Amino acid sequence: MTASALARGIVARRRPARRGALRTAVLCLVAALLSVVAGGRPAFALIELDVTQGSIQPLPIAIPAFIGGGGEDAQLAADISQVISANLRRSGLFAPLDPASFIERITSADQTPRFQDWRVIDAQALVTGAVIRQPDGRLRAEFRLWDVFAGEQMTGQQFFTTPDNWRRIAHIISDAIYERLTGEKGYFDTRIVFVDESGPKDRRVKRLAIMDQDGANPRYLTRGNDLVLTPRFNPTSQEITYMAYTADQPRVYLLNIETGQREVVGEFPGMTFAPRFSPDGQRVAMSLQDGGNANIYVLDLRSRRTTRLTNTAAIDTSPSYSPDGARITFTSDRGGSQQIYVMGADGSNPQRISFGEGTYSTPVWSPRGDLIAFTRQYQGKFAIGVMKPDGSGERVLTEGFHNEGPTWAPNGRVLMFFRDTPGPNGGPQLWSVDLTGYNEYRVPTPAFASDPAWSPLMN
Amino acid sequence: MNAIRSVSQGGRYALLIAAALMLAACASKPGADAAGGLGGGALGAGGAATPGSAQDFVVNVGDRVFFETDQTEVSSAGRVTLDRQAQWLQQYPRYTVIVEGHADERGTREYNIGLGARRSSNVKNYLVSRGINPSRIRTISYGKERPVAVCNDISCWSQNRRAVTVLDNAGS
Repeated sequence: MTASALARGIVARRRPARRGALRTAVLCLVAALLSVVAGGRPAFALIELDVTQGSIQPLPIAIPAFIGGGGEDAQLAADISQVISANLRRSGLFAPLDPASFIERITSADQTPRFQDWRVIDAQALVTGAVIRQPDGRLRAEFRLWDVFAGEQMTGQQFFTTPDNWRRIAHIISDAIYERLTGEKGYFDTRIVFVDESGPKDRRVKRLAIMDQDGANPRYLTRGNDLVLTPRFNPTSQEITYMAYTADQPRVYLLNIETGQREVVGEFPGMTFAPRFSPDGQRVAMSLQDGGNANIYVLDLRSRRTTRLTNTAAIDTSPSYSPDGARITFTSDRGGSQQIYVMGADGSNPQRISFGEGTYSTPVWSPRGDLIAFTRQYQGKFAIGVMKPDGSGERVLTEGFHNEGPTWAPNGRVLMFFRDTPGPNGGPQLWSVDLTGYNEYRVPTPAFASDPAWSPLMN
Repeated sequence: MNAIRSVSQGGRYALLIAAALMLAACASKPGADAAGGLGGGALGAGGAATPGSAQDFVVNVGDRVFFETDQTEVSSAGRVTLDRQAQWLQQYPRYTVIVEGHADERGTREYNIGLGARRSSNVKNYLVSRGINPSRIRTISYGKERPVAVCNDISCWSQNRRAVTVLDNAGS
């Protein structure tokens, strides 16, 4: 834990309340803060989770099954704690302990744990929680995060929701724990939009699909009639941009994932592709094909004005904005092979930044601004890596037969990409890896899947 | 000391769950091989291609040219094929064509779309240089989305790096 996180002390902070104007208020939850100070000690915690170092020792954390009422609710409560445990484990920053090692049995949401029982099994943090059915059928879910060595509650919150939203509750609680212990925002209450692939390799059917970041709740957004590629989230709303071959006219589209409403982005004389939103969600940068050349354009979604950003006899594509919106990184073969460039958001001063061996493409700027992720092809292998925006500090995170198309978790600590396998029966699957290059996990999908794009935090 | 500090209720969250838009998985197979690049299809068993037919174009003229890795220039072998295509199209002016540009799978998706587009554009330009009216030629790029050969081998990849001239109104 960073010093600033420590300094925040033991009284949990309130989540900012926000109303989503367009949103379906299915999950109407009231977050209250639960705070118990045991023993009245000073706000001093021993938990140290320094996430600034390259190699991270995961923090041992105990997450006993949440307490439920009877039957179904007990199962739900246990499921919530399991989703929390899986989220934290996948992050690589936490090592959830085996429940078989637990000495104390938590039987009440309000009890102060016997910290000694958790110290002897080396738990540094403890999460307790309960799910209580309300008279109106809704659930009240609550949790407390304890600093075992200091013997104090670090944070606590409760939520009211309908039972079918239990996974979101688990993700929101995971984010609260992650943030409290690392000092950084979490990324668990997020979704992934991707391309679902079915059918034989030479006749693939591709559909847009969306799911939770852990692969749960997948559903389709298109029916597979048209070839669809490269969906990307609007950072500010429930909207995606993607490319579709509708009526054999390859173009960039916008899709509102709540209403299903779809529209073409701009009126261009040729094929448009490789779209990506600006950080404010008000513009879409993309490539426009003109004969043998592709150049980068930006369309202002409000004024509908189009601005041309590049003008070369090359393929300029895959634009991605810096989080402050001031710069754009992109792929170009203007120098003879695919390489990564950075230019001003107005197209000024393009500079090549990739100078390693091989070719570089699919640059994506980290939401933190500090790194650009890319795909590198070298000696027949495809790697996912990161470099600083000036091209220095290049690191490969994973390399193999075919890895492509990184997308960043909103906190800039984890990347998702797709990994393809060779041969007629091969196909792509989604994987995640953290910035250290460790903690590589396959993300479950219903079928083959490619082109993942991570949403911003939903809450 | 020992106080239970209860902080007042937080705000009310209106969280989104896009419950609508559960588009059913109507798995209708895409129709004919519009994008497969096989043009007029194969020659029927034992049948000779009728001059001026789609089969004639595919079998006797050759509907496709191939490219080296990451290259978009038409090769000398390709120019021979395109010369035949131009001659044939001049002989049968009722046809318009779509030139489909393709890339192999050993590249990244967006760049490969650009690569396929440049290949189809170069083929179009060559046909135009051989006297075909540009208004008869449309181009499209499928990038690496429509491989014809799916093995994991150079022999397959080289078949996929192609530009295919498809008769647009072969039925008429």
